[in-house]
Amino acid sequence: MSTMQNTTLRTEGLSKQWGAFKANSDVSLTFVPGARHALIGPNGAGKTTFINLLTGGFAPSSGKVFFGDDDITSLPQHERVKRGMTRTFQINTLFAGLTVLESVVLAISERRGLQYVWHKTVAQQSDVIDEAMALLASLKLDGEANSITRSLAYGKQRLVEIALALATRPKVLLLDEPAAGIPSAESKELFEVIAQLPRDVTIVFIEHDMGLVFRFAERITVLVGGKVLTEGTPAEIAADKRVKEVYLGESEHE
Amino acid sequence: MIGNFIGVMFDGIAYGALLFLISVGLSVTMGMMNFINLAHGAFAMLGGYVCVTILNQLGLPFLASLPVAFLASAVVGLVLERSLYRRLYKASHLDQVLFSIGLTFMAVAGATYVWGPTQQPVHLPDWLRGQVSLLGLDVGAYRVFLIGVVVLVTAALGLLIERTRFGAQIRASVDNQVAAAGLGINVSRVFSLTFALGSGLAGLGGGLGIDVLGLDPTFPIKYMVYFLLVVAVGGAGTIKGPLLAAVILGIFDVAGKYYVPEIGAFVIYGLMVLLLILFPAGLMRRRG
Amino acid sequence: MSATTPTSASAAAAPTTSAKTTAMSPLPLLRLPNDRWKPLEIIFWLLPVAAYFVFPDYLILISQIMIVGLFAISLDLILGYGGIVSLGHAAFFGLGAYTAGLLSAHGWGEPISGMLLGAIVAAAFGYIISFLVVRGNDLARLMVTLGIGLMLFEAANKAAFITGGVDGLSGMMVDKIFGVFEFDLNGKVAYIYSFVVLFILFAVLRRLVNSPFGLSLVGIREGGRRMPAIGVNVNQRLTVIFTISAAIAGVAGALLAQTTQFVGLDVLGFPRSAELLIILVLGGTGRLYGGLVGAAIFMLAQDYLSGLNPAYWQFWIGLLLIVIVLFARGGILGGLTLIWGNLRKSSAGKGERS
Repeated sequence: MSTMQNTTLRTEGLSKQWGAFKANSDVSLTFVPGARHALIGPNGAGKTTFINLLTGGFAPSSGKVFFGDDDITSLPQHERVKRGMTRTFQINTLFAGLTVLESVVLAISERRGLQYVWHKTVAQQSDVIDEAMALLASLKLDGEANSITRSLAYGKQRLVEIALALATRPKVLLLDEPAAGIPSAESKELFEVIAQLPRDVTIVFIEHDMGLVFRFAERITVLVGGKVLTEGTPAEIAADKRVKEVYLGESEHE
Repeated sequence: MIGNFIGVMFDGIAYGALLFLISVGLSVTMGMMNFINLAHGAFAMLGGYVCVTILNQLGLPFLASLPVAFLASAVVGLVLERSLYRRLYKASHLDQVLFSIGLTFMAVAGATYVWGPTQQPVHLPDWLRGQVSLLGLDVGAYRVFLIGVVVLVTAALGLLIERTRFGAQIRASVDNQVAAAGLGINVSRVFSLTFALGSGLAGLGGGLGIDVLGLDPTFPIKYMVYFLLVVAVGGAGTIKGPLLAAVILGIFDVAGKYYVPEIGAFVIYGLMVLLLILFPAGLMRRRG
Repeated sequence: MSATTPTSASAAAAPTTSAKTTAMSPLPLLRLPNDRWKPLEIIFWLLPVAAYFVFPDYLILISQIMIVGLFAISLDLILGYGGIVSLGHAAFFGLGAYTAGLLSAHGWGEPISGMLLGAIVAAAFGYIISFLVVRGNDLARLMVTLGIGLMLFEAANKAAFITGGVDGLSGMMVDKIFGVFEFDLNGKVAYIYSFVVLFILFAVLRRLVNSPFGLSLVGIREGGRRMPAIGVNVNQRLTVIFTISAAIAGVAGALLAQTTQFVGLDVLGFPRSAELLIILVLGGTGRLYGGLVGAAIFMLAQDYLSGLNPAYWQFWIGLLLIVIVLFARGGILGGLTLIWGNLRKSSAGKGERS
């Protein structure tokens, strides 16, 4: 096994069709290791569908997904997570009845291969607990460790959403509108945390808040009607007339 | 041999038609409300007992008792839907299962109390007994009548669903509840009426089926698997799927019990498991 | 979502555990599933011990309660912890019963190995069935479990030359336990046998549900959509717990056969599966103790009202089920937890959670 694992995420002609509706058409994108890559486009452009295709939530109608040198198109979702590709969901997908700490401990235990440990209690996993508390502290959630997830305010739940993804120590992190529903002061903080991630972690994020996009993205792809319209640096995209047209009439926030 | 085979096929189709009539309501309400209702057989049983009471106590003709069975089950269904069922639409499937088992137990106990635990005999009118000659073969007259009624009802149902506004409302609610409500459809009223219709059809099937399926207080439990099977394999929310599933089921059950009586019941359960493996979403996929 | 109240994964409300203080500021006491036995639990387990001396005439009934309680716990593993609705759990119970029964009827009367073999047969069957059960939606699971239960019942019925059919399996000759303790007519040895098996398995399962594995089961129940997204092969996980559950049900069945020296067809029937579901929900799912509490109350009530017309019993059970579902979804333990929580909230000022 090579010491430098190739974590380039690449798609070839990825398409998804439901009946006559083409959610994604022939999307071929490459995300280099360590990218800070934003995916933008009007509502219904197929951005979330694309994330689902990348992570194995749906099977594509055609096309392939490559992670490093491997064709992962037919790998199930959990296998892709084990290889280092994790996502967050646009709508909070959490463990409603578990506490925040339990949720994160669960994610970390899975990553550490403790899933079949049946003879020791969760409370005895001190390494896991320490790691979990550190993660929660970095997201300023440590005060809520013992709170049941469903009792939290929406903004905090959104942070738990991110925490669960970070707990898997991904090599590629796919964020589906991470700041959706959070006031802008908090969303800036959220992105600061994301920006602190190791430089070799690839971050792909869907966002509607252009302020956040232009602040954090190093590369931007614009998706319209399921197809790639254009791709480039923030400066290039800002100057692109077609992009401005597409967004005419679209408000900056959703 | 061939005659026997055709006879078995015919019996199987009649049996399947009956299962379909009872189960179609279950399919639509399950597809619409995503509600697992194990007590559906109780509505069929109610229809059967209403028929029996009318025939034996009131001495009215058989044909007159059928619409009454339909109405009685429809009304009871409506009342139960408005008072109890609708509280559990958002509940977990476990809760729905428990609730409907509870209802089934109460129905079975109630039937035992009122009508006693034994099989109910039914005296069919003379013109429905015996054989008729169909395409050169002798087949049971009652079976022909059964199939005829189910064909008529299915056609009427099809017209209702495809051609009327109410039918369109049903289709919309099955497809996407939230969108339907957004279009101004009174989804809660559609639910109630559809539930009542489905229960009524079950009652009609129960009355028609006394001769074929038998009638005793354990009816809802005995046939629970069959109705669920028809819906699970045929696909909840559709009509054609359960029709196909019911006919297949009917044929295999009758043929199984006729040709290999030692393992008769097995054939059905084995077929069910096979179909569930091959078609986990049902035989006919729901649109959208 | 399910019939449990929103508590965490612990079998009893978890007492706190303190984490190591690190370079960070002192941490608050953390609540995580652990294995400390609460005083209430110790009292609970002393009750059967006391009953042995206080109610010598009821030993047979209480043995039955313990056996059914174990059976209910096995269902709780897949239902309360894994979220799988099954209407055919009696299949594994019956397999365990018939295995132990047939062994002792045909010359192999050693009880402990008979029980273990019952567990193994049930587990093997459970493993095979699990592939059908874990991948389906709720309706498919219901169908498959219901159908498998019915199939097995039919098979046992038709194979009367092996199983004794409707008349039941008789001629069981169960040996002395460890060659020393003979099953007596008063049910003393059976009682101790059942209690010891129940307690050992309970202690093991209590550990299991508070372990990382147990936490992942609750995760599947509480957030099935998120589990694959944190790298969990959900089907595989459910297969494991389903197999374990089947094994435990098999042990319970074997115990019943050995302590009554008889196996009737009813061990496999739908009424037994339905009754088990009722017992578990009555006590409260997702708590392990719910199965025991439900079994005790249900069977004591059934014994007390045994003179009643069975139709009446069925009617009231049906009504009770409906009432539980509409008004008391956590079962008895759920209700008690709620009351306890409200008492604590009103006596302490601010409560973090009930």
